[in-house]
Amino acid sequence: MSYEIVIGFEVHTELKTRSKVWCGCATTFGAPPNTQVCPVCLGMPGSLPVLNEDAFQLSLKTALALNCEVPEISTFDRKNYYYPDLPKNYQISQNDKFLGQKGWIDVDLGEAGIKRIRINNIHLEEDAGKNIHPEGKGHDYSLVDLNRAGTPLLEIVTEPDLRTKEEAQAFMLAMRSLLQYLDVSDCKMQEGSLRFELNMSLRPKGSDKFGTKVEVKNLNSMSVVLKCIDAEFERQSELLDDGGKVAAETRLWDEVAMVTRSMRSKETANDYRYFPDPDLVDVEITADMIAAAKGSLPELPLARRQRFIDSLGLSPYDAGVLTASKTTADYFEAAVARHNNPKTLANWVMTGIQSWLNEQPEDTTVESCPIKAESLAEMVALIDSNTINSNIAKKVFPLMLETGKRPSVIVEEQGLKPMDDTALDPLIDEAIAANPKIAEDIRGGKLKAIGALMGSVMKKSGGRANPDALTARIKQKLGVEG
Amino acid sequence: MALSIGDVEHVALLSRLALTDGEKEKFARELSKIFSHVDQLAELNVEGVEPTAHPLPMKNVFRQDVVLDSLSNEAVLANAAESEDGCFKVPQIV
Repeated sequence: MSYEIVIGFEVHTELKTRSKVWCGCATTFGAPPNTQVCPVCLGMPGSLPVLNEDAFQLSLKTALALNCEVPEISTFDRKNYYYPDLPKNYQISQNDKFLGQKGWIDVDLGEAGIKRIRINNIHLEEDAGKNIHPEGKGHDYSLVDLNRAGTPLLEIVTEPDLRTKEEAQAFMLAMRSLLQYLDVSDCKMQEGSLRFELNMSLRPKGSDKFGTKVEVKNLNSMSVVLKCIDAEFERQSELLDDGGKVAAETRLWDEVAMVTRSMRSKETANDYRYFPDPDLVDVEITADMIAAAKGSLPELPLARRQRFIDSLGLSPYDAGVLTASKTTADYFEAAVARHNNPKTLANWVMTGIQSWLNEQPEDTTVESCPIKAESLAEMVALIDSNTINSNIAKKVFPLMLETGKRPSVIVEEQGLKPMDDTALDPLIDEAIAANPKIAEDIRGGKLKAIGALMGSVMKKSGGRANPDALTARIKQKLGVEG
Repeated sequence: MALSIGDVEHVALLSRLALTDGEKEKFARELSKIFSHVDQLAELNVEGVEPTAHPLPMKNVFRQDVVLDSLSNEAVLANAAESEDGCFKVPQIV
């Protein structure tokens, strides 16, 4: 049978606060184990959580950017479960008066247009600690590091609105892009500050009923999420084809075997017995708080894309690629501010800079590129002023990447400056002497033949001749007009 | 409201408690009594009364996003039954 994929996501993102959500412990990534921990993180009797105001404001800002309805009163609940990474035996979360509900995010599907993905709810909770599972013989135990426990975590739950792997990918890119623009999270998937949990089911094509969904955790990059969608499609469709049933359960991705494995059955184990957390008082979301959050909203990705089309004259495709990452869009705009040639700069960012990025680890941004925006702008300015031609630029660019030097410095050091007429003349004379037939043809009016002489001179000059000037000079030498 | 042995077993599992058969019967009896006691609240007329999560007449209590000192690693692990490499050592999770 042929099946349609139905996907929803639970997006978890760690908020960019200095301290944790309920206490003053630092949130620095990579600190030695259990050194950012206090009695609140440890769930010690008598310790009390107090809400970090910045964490709440960042959450509110995100809820509004996702077009959510925001309640007048938001409250926190206890989600009860036993796991060593959470010493209180409950996670403080929200289950009743969410920070936001019924929102949406618009996702750019390229030629298929924009698809609106509904957000069921967005809520603020705390991250859990990290479990380490030492490998090898005799290692029949786990280690727990609670540094991460209590880091503010925003959970965004979508409706099951995605229907293909491509839509899922576009959604993840749009969500990461939005969170980066809002500057609420580092969005580093490898470090776990942005995580996508996949909810996926299949149904026969044409059916309007949902199948049984599976939740998959442990997906630490977008490419892994996409691989997982393929693996789950295979697993679930085989099960259904054989007349079996998909079990409602949580599964873990096994990166080595490239399959998902059952973690626990949702029906029996998940009984969280939520109730209001008596340690935390209500948050009244006032009109002032909403106005302040709205005022702090930056230009969002789709608006920026439209501006790049309207005022910089870029194609919708180029504008979409450039604005997908805030850092890339910032880089591009910084370059345009230095040298006003958006189209050529866009090409260099989307080819040269992007291929460099593609070779870096997944979370790398253009901010760590050895070529700064000013240098790229300078290079395009050198091309536009005919100081170098585009062939020379293709030699200069890799050297800029390698050395981080400015293009003008590299042109000087490598002797890549264009040759002037005095230097070119002997090369032209040589080429004419070596190709008497061609020279005769040109004299006789076959101007297309100039290309052959130019090629010869270009080669001998190491590409350092300006094509327009060279054409003119050859014509002049052969006494041809125009 | 009477709790069955099954209810007690379910709650015990969620709380990771191992109970003997005698304990299960005892807790079923005791918890049923507590439930009956709480059920008396259902007799009250609460029409027009706003649900409250807690009785404190307070709201919007925040702390500023300022980093404070944490405990030393030794203090964090002081009550741990076992530890290794600065971490809590626990029975294998996966």
